[in-house]
Amino acid sequence: MLNFDPEKLKKDFPIFNQEINGRPLIYLDNGATTQKPNQVINEIRRYNETSHGNPHRGAHQLSIRATEEYDNAKEKVKSFINAKSIEEIIFTRNTTESLNLIAYSYGMEFIKENDEIVIAISEHHSNIIPWQKVAKDKNAILKYMYLDEEGRIPIDEIESKITSKTKLVSIAHMSNVLGTIHPIREIIERAHELGAVVVVDGAQSTPHIKVDVQDLNADFYVFSGHKMLAPMGIGVLYGKKELLENMPPFLTGGDMIEYVYEQDATFAPLPFKFEAGTQNVEGAIGLGAAIDYLQSVGLNEIEKYEKFLVEYALNKILDIPYVNIQGPKDLSMRGGIISFTIDDVHPHDISTILDSYGVAVRAGHHCAQPLMRYLELPATARASFYLYNTKEDIDQFIEGIKNVRKWLGYGS
Amino acid sequence: MDLNSIYTQLIMEHNKSGHNKRALCNPDVCERGHNPSCGDDITLELKLNGNIIEDASFEGVGCAISQASTSMMIDLIKGKTVDEALEMVEKFLGMIKKEITDEKELEKLGDSIVLQNISNMPARVKCAVLSWHTLKEAVS
Repeated sequence: MLNFDPEKLKKDFPIFNQEINGRPLIYLDNGATTQKPNQVINEIRRYNETSHGNPHRGAHQLSIRATEEYDNAKEKVKSFINAKSIEEIIFTRNTTESLNLIAYSYGMEFIKENDEIVIAISEHHSNIIPWQKVAKDKNAILKYMYLDEEGRIPIDEIESKITSKTKLVSIAHMSNVLGTIHPIREIIERAHELGAVVVVDGAQSTPHIKVDVQDLNADFYVFSGHKMLAPMGIGVLYGKKELLENMPPFLTGGDMIEYVYEQDATFAPLPFKFEAGTQNVEGAIGLGAAIDYLQSVGLNEIEKYEKFLVEYALNKILDIPYVNIQGPKDLSMRGGIISFTIDDVHPHDISTILDSYGVAVRAGHHCAQPLMRYLELPATARASFYLYNTKEDIDQFIEGIKNVRKWLGYGS
Repeated sequence: MDLNSIYTQLIMEHNKSGHNKRALCNPDVCERGHNPSCGDDITLELKLNGNIIEDASFEGVGCAISQASTSMMIDLIKGKTVDEALEMVEKFLGMIKKEITDEKELEKLGDSIVLQNISNMPARVKCAVLSWHTLKEAVS
């Protein structure tokens, strides 16, 4: 049994107080971005109305309050992913910026000629292009782990690609296209045995499953606020302290310094060394409020509920002969994402037609062109769930799917 | 939004018929057009005789809107001069931008006039204009 009522919880999200094309809004594009509860919206408003100042810069009341609130938000992130200290939590704009920070700072400093960087073919462009850049600049080699027919990385692929030449592995915890939860524990163990560091792209996992960076023993773990009920423009980079300490700054400027001379400068301690310029304080406070909200429901409960939704949806979809599903059939290996295609219909048309039923799904290559090429698909449609989705949402989604082909002049 | 105004009979027919979807033998011009965000990817092929577009076809993948728009455009430009075809492109783009609304003007666009309603669907405009931009690139 669930310890929360999704119907009731949905009322916390004012965006659902509207109709789309005369029908209730069914939002199934949570892999792209999530909606905000009143608790997050109000907390940002409260901060702006009472405490807004530039943190770490002044001795006046508002600057002091803003500093406290910003640091407090970081403390919440630290507990949320069980980091050892807030020195290991860097605020960024989003997952993309976090990955770029690691590539430009760690990658450019520690990856040498002929070293190997290993990623998976299913990575989002943000976890491919920074490594292409490092590989090109350092004459290193970018290698891919390929997937089996159900979108999983086989163990022998992990063993053959991660070798003593590997210096860095960067891998999504959960695929944003297939929903596959990758065996990152095994990948991290293998990489560590061979002396490589592991970056985990947690953009799709952190909002939906309990993440414990110490338990996983990840070297870096990155995610975005806006996929977990917080505003856009706030993201997180977790890194082990000993790694972050040895990395050069990424962006330089205000607030990340210790002493600045005419020709040289020394840098602030962690985490400020990596937070140049005025930060997104209201974003950080929104993220803190989002974490409070998610923890009040419970990440284990959310994961359990999303599994129920996926199972409910898959059971119905698998009965429809012209719908094809990507990704693992084993529910224990997949999160709340279903990528699908419909015979004879381009995913972009699927999305437009479902929109007329009030159902929001994503269509396209999902920022994963190499994966699409590997799957030999031009695009897919993707439904992705979150804690405010209900069984009724899925019923309406299925009703929409059953009507798609009709609109394009096919019998059923 | 009324789906009936988007997925019209004519668009469906062009999307399904594929009469312009084939490879040309020794085309004079091959131009690829691509919408990176959604995966529409077409290659327009033209056979020219001097200034006249003697034959045209396309290959590739895309949504019903992009496929139908391409097919309708090909029907329209076959046998026309390059300059006439470019004039059609401007007319079509003008219709989508709602800059040209005069029905007499638009009649010259043949079947493509049914794509007029796409201008009310910002997310799909790029599907409709892909082939027309590609043609412009190909002959300019």
